[in-house]
Amino acid sequence: MTHDLLSELFQFNNYGELLVLVRNSIIAGAALGVVGGLIGVLVMSRDLAFAVHGVSELSFAGASAGLLLGIGVVTGALTGSLVAALLIGFLGSRARDRNSAIAVLMPFGLGLGILCLSLYSGRSANKFGLLTGQIVAVDDPRLHSMLVISAIVVVGLLVAWRPLLFTSLDPEVASARGLPRLGLSLYFMVLLGLATAVSVQIVGSLLVLSVLVTPAAAALRVSRSPVLVPVLSVAFAVTAMVGGIMLALGGNIPISPFVTTISFLIYLTCRVIGRFRPAA
Amino acid sequence: MSDAAPDPAPDPDVVLTFRDAAVRFGERTLWSGLDLTLRRGEFVAILGPNGSGKTSLLRTVLGQLPLSDGSLSFLGRPARHGDRRIGYIPQQRIADRDTPVRARELVGFGIDGHRFGLPLPNRAKRVRVAAALDAVGAGAWAKRSIGTMSGGEQQRVRIAQALVGRPDLLLCDEPLSSLDLLHQRGVSQLLDRSRKDHDLGLLMITHDINPVLTMVDRVVYVAAGQVRVGTVSEVLTTDVLSDLYQTTVEVLRVQGRIVVAGVPRDEASGHLGADDHHEQAPL
Repeated sequence: MTHDLLSELFQFNNYGELLVLVRNSIIAGAALGVVGGLIGVLVMSRDLAFAVHGVSELSFAGASAGLLLGIGVVTGALTGSLVAALLIGFLGSRARDRNSAIAVLMPFGLGLGILCLSLYSGRSANKFGLLTGQIVAVDDPRLHSMLVISAIVVVGLLVAWRPLLFTSLDPEVASARGLPRLGLSLYFMVLLGLATAVSVQIVGSLLVLSVLVTPAAAALRVSRSPVLVPVLSVAFAVTAMVGGIMLALGGNIPISPFVTTISFLIYLTCRVIGRFRPAA
Repeated sequence: MSDAAPDPAPDPDVVLTFRDAAVRFGERTLWSGLDLTLRRGEFVAILGPNGSGKTSLLRTVLGQLPLSDGSLSFLGRPARHGDRRIGYIPQQRIADRDTPVRARELVGFGIDGHRFGLPLPNRAKRVRVAAALDAVGAGAWAKRSIGTMSGGEQQRVRIAQALVGRPDLLLCDEPLSSLDLLHQRGVSQLLDRSRKDHDLGLLMITHDINPVLTMVDRVVYVAAGQVRVGTVSEVLTTDVLSDLYQTTVEVLRVQGRIVVAGVPRDEASGHLGADDHHEQAPL
């Protein structure tokens, strides 16, 4: 019995051959790790963890609609998350208002997505993949689109890194110094929307937080250095993504449980370390 | 600029000039008739009850709120939004314990936080930040998170952040409000010294004049839509404040402190200057 369960979870026969098949997934996972690790630092400093979840549900709705209407999952996910991100960005000034708006948007997005999926009569194997993640081999065109989007997000983040941190952590002084709060908020939300759309396709919308938030939260437990936090966060996210994909290879389980578990364990470890050696 | 500026040859010593300035929101006049010239090295305190428009006054200087009337010039030019020759210390919000920013980075924002581009490590910047922190006696906290600091420590870091950009004018919004007496003294002495060391104009909102009584050159008293400008002994008198509030207000000097009594109830809410510190005690 135990043995059955284990072999269901882990099966490493012909591992080498499998690895070649999922080369694209691993590349996509690593790229997503870099994106998630970096953007997570700003998500934490802007206190937007909940918003990430809201955006990902709308991204799921978009992806499902894309599947149903035949315009493609990628386009759909992008549209859904950008709409959600911009809505939240406009509401960004007041946290309380923003959080209730997200709480309203989230179930709506989820419901809409489930509706689209149930109406969809095509192949149902990857239906739930959008919610819980999948390991379907990422084909070349999809990999390319993911890499392009990831590159846009990373460059966009690095170029505006200082002003984004400044407006997040010290909004009054940043405004006094002439930084446009709303403009930067919308700029960031667009990048967050793009990052979410990429994540949804790999880890699924329910588990996006484990890539876009958990690694940065873990890094902040052990450091406050402006250099070390992003570096650790990226390292954690890449470890979780690539590690999760490689572990998932063997069995019939989607990659997300592996990714989320690794991510969670890293966070736990950092919390424990942080207790003995506070980051402050 | 060859517009009809009333000051053809701006005095290099003058940092800030208000001429017959007013701010109105629709029908309501927040304040009007403000004439003020602030020179380098001068310390002017802004007093007045809550809601009288003290913060709005600072916002006009920051270019965040346009004047409804009159003119305002900063270093001989109209104030513009985001002028980095102005240092600004906003009203203190108690930073969340987990706010992920250390003293060093907060001060660093004062140098290049507004600048886009790759955030590469920069030695010259590091040296400037360390010097700014040392100058306010906060060198030892460089690597501490802002949320773990006491109110007084946070204010020192704020002062370092405002001064590191080498401003000509320093605006402070209630920098002493959340501090105990000891830290009030420390922070006000630090501000007082900075305006002399850096030869900058210092404009500071305070609800209580007493911690800075011996330091200020002049005060601006804002109340009931009007403004009075002058030295402490010119403005903080029974006659002037009674005229301003349109009711009898008594100004008392008790052991070198100034206590204002009889400010109308609705004007006095949270106005510690109106009753000295003891207003904090119930009844």
